[in-house]
Amino acid sequence: MGLTRREFLELMGRGTVTVGVAGVTACASKTGGSEWVAPVKKSLEEKAVKAGNLPVLWIQGQSCAGCSISTINTVYPEIAEVLTETISLEFHPNIMASAGDLALKILTDAETNKKGKYVLVVEGSIPTKENGIYSTMGESNGKHITAKEWVERLGANAQAVLSVGTCAAFGGIPSGTPNPTGAMPVYKIIPKATVINIPGCPCHPDWVVGTIAHVLLFGVPELDEEKRPKLFFGKLVHDQCERRGYFDEGKMAKDYGDDEGCLFELGCKGPISHCDVPIRSWNNKVNWCIQCGSPCIGCTEPTFPDHEGEGLYSVLPVSKVKDIRWTGKIKKVKNLV
Amino acid sequence: MQKITIDPITRIEGHLKIEVEVDNGKVVDAKSSGEMFRGWEIILKGRNPVDAQMITQRICGVCPASHAQASTLNLDSALGVKPPENGRLIRNLMLGANYIQSHILHFYHLAALDYVDITAILNYKGKDPKLNRVKAWVKSEVDSGRTTAAAPFLPRYKGNYITDTELNIAAIADYLKALEMRSKAHEMLCIFGGKMPHEMGIMPGGATQKPTVDKIIAYASRLKELQTFIDNNYIPDVIEVAKVYKEYFSIGKGCGNFLSYGVFEEDIDGNNKLLPPGVYIDGKLKPFSADKIAEYVKNSRFSSGSGLHPSKGETVPQPEKPGSYSWIKAPRYDKKVVEVGPLARMVTAHLSGKNENVSKLIEGTLKIFNADINALFSVLGRHAARAFDCKVVADRCAEWVKQLDPSKPVHNKFEIPAEGKGMGLTEAPRGSLGHWITIKNKKIDRYQCVVPTTWNAGPTDDMGQKGPIEQALIGTPIKDPKNPIEAVRVVRSFDPCIACAVHMINPDGELISKFRIL
Repeated sequence: MGLTRREFLELMGRGTVTVGVAGVTACASKTGGSEWVAPVKKSLEEKAVKAGNLPVLWIQGQSCAGCSISTINTVYPEIAEVLTETISLEFHPNIMASAGDLALKILTDAETNKKGKYVLVVEGSIPTKENGIYSTMGESNGKHITAKEWVERLGANAQAVLSVGTCAAFGGIPSGTPNPTGAMPVYKIIPKATVINIPGCPCHPDWVVGTIAHVLLFGVPELDEEKRPKLFFGKLVHDQCERRGYFDEGKMAKDYGDDEGCLFELGCKGPISHCDVPIRSWNNKVNWCIQCGSPCIGCTEPTFPDHEGEGLYSVLPVSKVKDIRWTGKIKKVKNLV
Repeated sequence: MQKITIDPITRIEGHLKIEVEVDNGKVVDAKSSGEMFRGWEIILKGRNPVDAQMITQRICGVCPASHAQASTLNLDSALGVKPPENGRLIRNLMLGANYIQSHILHFYHLAALDYVDITAILNYKGKDPKLNRVKAWVKSEVDSGRTTAAAPFLPRYKGNYITDTELNIAAIADYLKALEMRSKAHEMLCIFGGKMPHEMGIMPGGATQKPTVDKIIAYASRLKELQTFIDNNYIPDVIEVAKVYKEYFSIGKGCGNFLSYGVFEEDIDGNNKLLPPGVYIDGKLKPFSADKIAEYVKNSRFSSGSGLHPSKGETVPQPEKPGSYSWIKAPRYDKKVVEVGPLARMVTAHLSGKNENVSKLIEGTLKIFNADINALFSVLGRHAARAFDCKVVADRCAEWVKQLDPSKPVHNKFEIPAEGKGMGLTEAPRGSLGHWITIKNKKIDRYQCVVPTTWNAGPTDDMGQKGPIEQALIGTPIKDPKNPIEAVRVVRSFDPCIACAVHMINPDGELISKFRIL
C-alpha cells in the first residue's frame, strides 16, 4: 500500500483540511487555560481553517535522541527552512515548546482529528516485554502509556510511518543479544502500516529530509527488501569506498590511524553494509567513517550491533563477504584472513 | 495542597516525569522519575571490550563524545595503553567541540523557549531576509487558525515571557543563528571523528584521524566563528535574559554541594586537567576521591544492596518495591547529595584557583549583578556557568589545535588482556561521568556507567535526602498550577539527559523478569 503523490500534494495544503471552526475552538479551549496567541482565536472566528505544511508527529521509544540531533544538522535545506516551509513539526519531544498534558493533547487530537493526514516519525526501538513498560510517555487514568501503545495508536492512523535510525528500523543496540527488554523494530509492531526504514546510527540528515522530500514530490521511494530507500541504501559501502583499491591489491592497514591500506583486517563491515556515506560523507561533507581511519561498524544493517556474533570489530569471514554481491579479488584476501 | 504531574518533560533528552506538590503557591515536595530503560550494561556483557567505546556512545545522542572519552579512558586503563600526544589532543578537540555544540543547543534550543516570546517576531520591522521569512511564516500560521499553528514553537505554557520586543527579536535571531553554529561545532568534531553524532575516530590507545594541515585549519577556522558567537551572542544573551529574570538568581538553589571529576587531559597521564577535579561540600572545597562514591537504592526500583561503590555495584530490579518511584539510583559522595554539571565545574575550578579564566568570568559577571557567589547556586547561575564553561573550553581548543603535529602518530597499538579492570572518569557537558569495566577471557564481564543525570535526577536516598533536582524544585513559586512554567525552568536549568540516567544490570547478567504494568 503506497502513498500516491496526489495524496501528499493534498496534504501539502493544495486542498483544505476539513476541520470545523467550532471543533478547533473547542480544542483550544480545552487546553487548560494555556496560551494560544490572540490572532489564532481571532482568525478562528473569522474564517475557515487552511491547511499548512505536512503535519509530522515525531515520537521516541528507546532512543538516544541521536537521530533527532543528526537531522537538525541538515545543511541544504537548513532545518529552519524544513520547519517553516516543508513540514509542520507538531510533536517533537526535544524541540517543542509545550510539555506534559498540553503536549500529549497534540497527539490525541491528531489521532482523532487528523486520521490519514499526518506522517508519523518514530525514533528508537519499541520494547515489548512486560507489555512495553520499559518505555513510557504520559499517563492515562493513572496508567503509564507505553511507546508500543503510542506507535500502535498513531501508526494505525498515519498516512505513512518513517522509522528513523537503526533502533526504530531494525531494533538496533537495544535489541542486541540478549535483548533484555524485547526491543522490536516499528514495522513489526504495526505490520499493516506503510513503513519506510531510514536506518543508520544515527540516520544521515540527507536521508531523512530526502525521504520526506521524495514522498512529497514523487511518492514513496523504491525500497529494498529491508524497506530502505534504494536511493540511499542501494549500494555497499565496500563498492563505493575510497580505500577499495587497496583491498583489490590486498594492501591492508595494520593499525587504526594508518592512512594507507584497506581496513578489512581491522574488522571493517563495509562489505556487508548498505549506504551511500562513502560518497555523501557526514556533517556538511567534512569527513566520514573510513576516511578518518576507523572501520565501518555496519550501523545501517539489521544485524547491528551483533553481526551474527561477530561484533563490531571481528574480521568478516570471507564466506560472508562472498555471499553478499562480492566483486573483489577474493583469492588474495583469503590468504590474508 | 495540589499535585502537579508533568509527563513528559520536553526539551530535554529522554523520558522524564516530574511530580510536585504545591501549597500556598510554592512547591513543598518534588519527585523526579526516569521512564525509559534499555539495559545497556546487560547488552555489553560478553562482547569484545573495544565494542564498548562505540556502544556506550549510543547511550546518548547529545553527548556521545563524553561516553567515547569515558569509555576509551576506561579501556586505556584496562588494556594498559596510553595515547600519543596527537591522540590526547584529538580526543580533547573532539570532546571540546561537543561541549560547544551541547551548551549552545541547551541554551537556545532547549531552554530559551521558556523565556523568549516567539510571537514577538510579528512586530519585526527590520530588513533581515531570514527574520522576515520567519515573520511571514508565523503570520500565515496564526492566520490559518490551526490548533497546531506555528508548531513546534506553539502551543506553550502561559507565563511571563520577555516583553521587550527588541530583546525577543534578537533572541529569535540568535536561536536561528545557533542552529547553524551548533551544526558547525559538529563539523569540527567530524573533522577528526569522521561522523557526529556517534564519532568513529576514537579508539583505546588514541585516535584514528591523522592531523594533516587541512584538518587543522578546517577545525581552527570553524572554531574561530564559534568563539565569536560565544563571546558576542551566547554570553551576552544569557546576561540579557538574566537581567529580565533576576528572581531566578534565588530560585532553584538545590543542594548547594558540587562535584567534578575534572576534564580535558593536559598531559598523557591525566594528572593535570583543564578543569580540575574537586568537591564543594558544606561551603568547603575538598580534594576528590573516587572511593567516596556510593549508590543508594532505597527509593529506586531495585532490591539489591544499597550504598555500594560502582565497581562493586549490583542492580537487581524490583518494580513493585514499596515506596520506590524511580528507575534512577541515588549516587552520593561521602553520603552527601551533590550536584554535577557546568556549575559544579565552574565553582570547583574557581575556588581551587587553578583556572584564572574561569575566575575572571565568574567575578566579572557577579559584579554586573552586584551579587556574591551564592547567586550562582540558582537557575540563572546554571545557565551562566554553562556559557562560561563553553567559552573556557572553546578558547583552550584554539590552543590545542595548534599543538597537533602532522608528522607524529595518533594511535598506539593495544592488545586485549585475558583479564583486566579499568576505570574512566571524565565530565560530560552535563556533569560527572564514570565508566568501569571488568574483562574476563578477553570479553566484557562487567560494565558499569554512573552518568551525570543519575547524580542530578536521582530520588531520595536511604538517609532521607532528596536528589539535587528535587531539592531545587522545593520552594519554587508556582503562579498557576495549570501552567507550571517555573517548575520546568528549574528542571531544564540542569540540562537533564534521561537516556543516560537509567541503567540496570543484574550482576549475573540474567534477564530482568516479572514486571507488571505499573
